[in-house]
Amino acid sequence: MKLEKIESKIAVLPVDNIDTDQIIPARYLKSISKEGLGEGLFRDWRLNADGTPKADFVLNKPEAKGVQILVTGDNFGCGSSREHAPWALVQNGIHAVISTSFADIFKGNALKNQLLPVVVPADAHAELLKSPWATVKIDLVAQTVTLPSGRAVEFPIDAFAKTCLVEGVDELGYMIQQEPAIAAFEAKRVGSVNTLR
Amino acid sequence: MKPRTIVEKIWDSHVVAEKPGAPALLYIDLHLTHEVTSPQAFSMLRERGLKVRRPDLTIATMDHSTPTTSRDLPMLDTVGKAQLDQMEKNCKDFGIRLYDLKTTKQGIVHVIGPEQGLTQPGMTIVCGDSHTATHGAFGALAFGIGTSQVGHVFATQCLLQTPSKSYAIRVEGALKPGVSAKDIILAVIAKIGIGGGTGTVFEYQGSTIRSLSMEERMTICNMSIEGGARAGLVAPDDTTYQYINGREFAPKGADWDAALARWKQLPTDQGAQYAKELTLDASTLEPMVTFGTNPGMGIPISGSIPDPASMSDPIEKSDLIKALKYMDLEPGRQLKGHKIDVVFVGSCTNSRISDLRAAASVMKGRKVNPSVRMLVVPGSMQVKKQAEAEGLDKIFREAGADFREAGCSMCLAMNGDQLEPGEYSVSTSNRNFEGRQGKGGRTFLASPLTAAASAVTGVVTDVRTLL
Ligand code: SF4
Repeated sequence: MKLEKIESKIAVLPVDNIDTDQIIPARYLKSISKEGLGEGLFRDWRLNADGTPKADFVLNKPEAKGVQILVTGDNFGCGSSREHAPWALVQNGIHAVISTSFADIFKGNALKNQLLPVVVPADAHAELLKSPWATVKIDLVAQTVTLPSGRAVEFPIDAFAKTCLVEGVDELGYMIQQEPAIAAFEAKRVGSVNTLR
Repeated sequence: MKPRTIVEKIWDSHVVAEKPGAPALLYIDLHLTHEVTSPQAFSMLRERGLKVRRPDLTIATMDHSTPTTSRDLPMLDTVGKAQLDQMEKNCKDFGIRLYDLKTTKQGIVHVIGPEQGLTQPGMTIVCGDSHTATHGAFGALAFGIGTSQVGHVFATQCLLQTPSKSYAIRVEGALKPGVSAKDIILAVIAKIGIGGGTGTVFEYQGSTIRSLSMEERMTICNMSIEGGARAGLVAPDDTTYQYINGREFAPKGADWDAALARWKQLPTDQGAQYAKELTLDASTLEPMVTFGTNPGMGIPISGSIPDPASMSDPIEKSDLIKALKYMDLEPGRQLKGHKIDVVFVGSCTNSRISDLRAAASVMKGRKVNPSVRMLVVPGSMQVKKQAEAEGLDKIFREAGADFREAGCSMCLAMNGDQLEPGEYSVSTSNRNFEGRQGKGGRTFLASPLTAAASAVTGVVTDVRTLL
């Protein structure tokens, strides 16, 4: 699958440090497949104890239908390394999260799952926070976000991750091609740890 | 040659290939894996017809969804059971050594690695688990990865990586009685915030760190991720070598001498550059406790809960209001004296023998307050055995605490050990996120000493009053 452009209304969740336990609680981690994880997305923020939706949670609003972009506070995705977090977001149609920063492991996991972690400067972020449900365009090739005001701001992305997303490069396939280098490295390695059995 | 940090040295010696426009291919010496973050990676291998390239460098354990009740009882949680059964099958199919519930060496992945001597200085170590930094205590570059990357390491024993910058965290001076390694790391995180180390690797240094035991260093490195850093490490020294020597997977004989010579080259060179630095005076530290819903929301035990009215950033302010609402706490008040329902001593942060000894030293001759449930969960079956040999189990049981089998338990509440909605715990684990210890549960993170003292009194307690 390739990912180049996203154009969508934005859902705004103005909370800093949203951790992966909120994105998907641990009790959804017993699955041995990826199926059905979407149900766990923001489970305890989204639903009441009796399973009814909380009307005031942003993704439960009628406007949230079809939203592909989530705007959040700083340091999104901190906490556990669970890749279930990006899986659950993508299963709910979210393909980009815009913030001022992301936790390292989450960012890496997102990029492997057609989910763009988009870091924008503080002023652009402030504009987005004030514009819930406005339409925003993300152009991955140009690395720009077009804000509701029409202003376009650039965002950084790892060059290799971008190539993988835009051209649909299979990262593992790329690594496997380097097998001769891996074998050579192992052969010449001094003090390698071959002591485990 | 340009002076290098220990992180740069480990990095340089593990780069397999570097191509323009792509991250480096980094060799992984040890891959640890558990039942929760691996099943989808094994499925990927099957779908693509791939093998585990180096099953001999891969170690598996069951820890996250495992029951901590007697191993002779049938497992009631059928979904959790299915996950453990799948792990067993995966390890069998792919030839991976598994420490399952039947072995005497089972335990939390970050406890058993060091315990078996698998964790060694200068290694690159990964696990589909964010607390992999624990192994950094040995001077290894150890970090958490997602399930896609678990699959990459299975298939190639490598990862595509870009180097991280080093962040020097210096701790100097002598700790006061009642103040421990956990308090150091909680103080660091309270200072820099939970995103403070993003993009960096912490290198813990200074006289205080040098004076700590390996287990205490593990407690500190363990919570590097709570400060935003994917990895944290301590350069190896004699304390490190003494700990490793003689363990099952430690090098022996001439291999030991060669390894030691290599390890002694690892410490950071004079004049190496750090991207960031922080210095902390250990002698000013008090026992720490968190009041909020992330590990950066910590205060000294004599301190008071911050007031949102004093904050200028609107999101920070609303986050604090949200946290205090969830925790049902009032700003300006002390946390000390707050009633609690549960005490949990366990997790990869504080479940080693020295942690159990610390907790037992407070519990000895005392009782768990009748209003409190106390759960002591050793980090591994070996720790449990040692605790029993020292009679610590009796101290806990006579005090009225529950002493369990090894596992992650109430750290993440996947296995049925959990808080009820609204309950307060003092917990020696590493995360106080909303619902982390059970839906609606509220967590105060603290050291084993503080946890034990609070179990006795039934309220958040300054352990120094009981020493
Ligand atoms: S004890 Fe807690 S933090 Fe450590 S590995 Fe288990 S669940 Fe993760």
